[in-house]
Amino acid sequence: MKILKVDIRKKCGDFMLISKFETSSERFALLGASGSGKSMTLKCIAGIEKPDEGFIAIGDRVLFDSSAKINIPCRERKVGYLFQDYALFPHMTAFDNINLICHDPERTKALLRRFNIENCASLRPAKMSGGQCQRTALARMLASDPEVILLDEPFSALDNYMHTIIEREIMDILSGFDGPSVLVSHDRNEVYRMCGMIGVMDNGSVIDVQDKEGFFEHPATVVSARLTGCKNITALTDEGFASDWGIQLELPSGCHAKFAGYRAHFFEQVGEDQKGEPNVFEVKVERVIEDTFSRVICFRQKGNTSESPDSLLTYITGKDTDACDVKFLKVDPSRLILLER
Amino acid sequence: MMDLSPLWTTFKISLAATVFVFVTGLLLAWGVTNLKRGRALIDAVLSLPLVLPPTVMGFLILISVGANSAVGKFLDAFGMKLVFTWQGAAVAAAVVSFPVMYRGIRGALEQVDPTVIQAGRTLGLSEFKILRKVIFPMAAPGILASVVLSFARCLGEFGATLMVAGNIPGKTQTMSVAVYTAMQGGDRELAYKWVAIIVAYSLIILVGLNCLPSLRRSRR
Repeated sequence: MKILKVDIRKKCGDFMLISKFETSSERFALLGASGSGKSMTLKCIAGIEKPDEGFIAIGDRVLFDSSAKINIPCRERKVGYLFQDYALFPHMTAFDNINLICHDPERTKALLRRFNIENCASLRPAKMSGGQCQRTALARMLASDPEVILLDEPFSALDNYMHTIIEREIMDILSGFDGPSVLVSHDRNEVYRMCGMIGVMDNGSVIDVQDKEGFFEHPATVVSARLTGCKNITALTDEGFASDWGIQLELPSGCHAKFAGYRAHFFEQVGEDQKGEPNVFEVKVERVIEDTFSRVICFRQKGNTSESPDSLLTYITGKDTDACDVKFLKVDPSRLILLER
Repeated sequence: MMDLSPLWTTFKISLAATVFVFVTGLLLAWGVTNLKRGRALIDAVLSLPLVLPPTVMGFLILISVGANSAVGKFLDAFGMKLVFTWQGAAVAAAVVSFPVMYRGIRGALEQVDPTVIQAGRTLGLSEFKILRKVIFPMAAPGILASVVLSFARCLGEFGATLMVAGNIPGKTQTMSVAVYTAMQGGDRELAYKWVAIIVAYSLIILVGLNCLPSLRRSRR
């Protein structure tokens, strides 16, 4: 199994991209908000964009090395790139889109069969559905015999149902693919399902690389914690006071965390007898949102006048909970996510 | 029976000019699209004939290809001359219709989605193949429209043609010049006829131009 090594820097206006990671045998995901530099990193690997300096290699094949003045052109890199909007050749049929790459009608037919798009063989992309376009783009990418597969938000243009189907198809392809792959996404669930290793990008830099279990249990930074879907985050004082939330927390001794996070469905409802104790919120409900299978209660500590957006907490509970009954909520200190930065 | 030679002269001049301008326009549009710096200036210079008065264009053409110019002397060595010939009129038409062709093709090339071109590169296609199989076919409707429009522009050329090629019936007299001559000579009836022919000729071209998008749609 080849390893993809990336260590690049690129300046684009005020934005500085500092991307450094290595893929192991597991599928790698770059998770980050839009504009964090994920796609730019992929484009540098593919050779669409040129980094200012650094190093990119697949196994022992160097694709880019600024110190040795190596910059292999895009078409020789053997990097399969699945574009967000598919980037099919609009004037060609699905068959021609694939056959232009492999020059082998038999292989093209086999690929069309494999992706179950034989019925689109003579259609142009404008006449195909999103799922069919995506499959054509996948087939076309495989026709180029890539050594690395890069997936740039591959599901963003698909509806929920198609997302599920195509996601499984892509996983099938990737598990049969003997090379590194990188998925770019802002969707934590998608990343968790599809990849083993996760790198978090924030403001142009890869700030946290972990395997997915570790990442979701112990995110290292506030940004990663938010990306794992942690809705409640507060700054901490040295005495363990949650300054955004407005309550005292009981932290393990010797804890120097600067921030703490708490997942929205981990709160426990307690009785009035615990009022005023550490870890307990006296709840002032601000609004209630009905979600598909749950009720989302947004609340703050009674009397907390902080303007910070983090002073408003989220409690996710079942449909059978009445928001009026929620008076006191307790934080389980062992479930707090403690963050250094 | 009226002398229809201005119609043929116009057609001949337009055709020659369009072929020449198509080749140069395509190459320059491609070059400028891929230019990294100096684009604004080069683009402005290439578009100049669009805004300069026809007399200025005629004057500049006369200076650069006239008998005393380097080009004129070079052509003279082969027994050719451009001033007061239909070839000269074709040069004038070419210069004036060039910006139409160039700007149209450049627009068509720039409309090709860059991610599709990038996709071609990541898939291992050579630059030449991308140009031939992806960029040109995708830009084809726009390029074709530019060809038709710049052919039509040749028809309307008057000032520069008159200065460079003169007004020699049967040789360099184009339709637009024929209208002018007829009016000058007081032959209103002839002027009417030429005006009718020019309007019909232009309408045919423009209707053909409007049929292009539907042609493109049916191909999809």
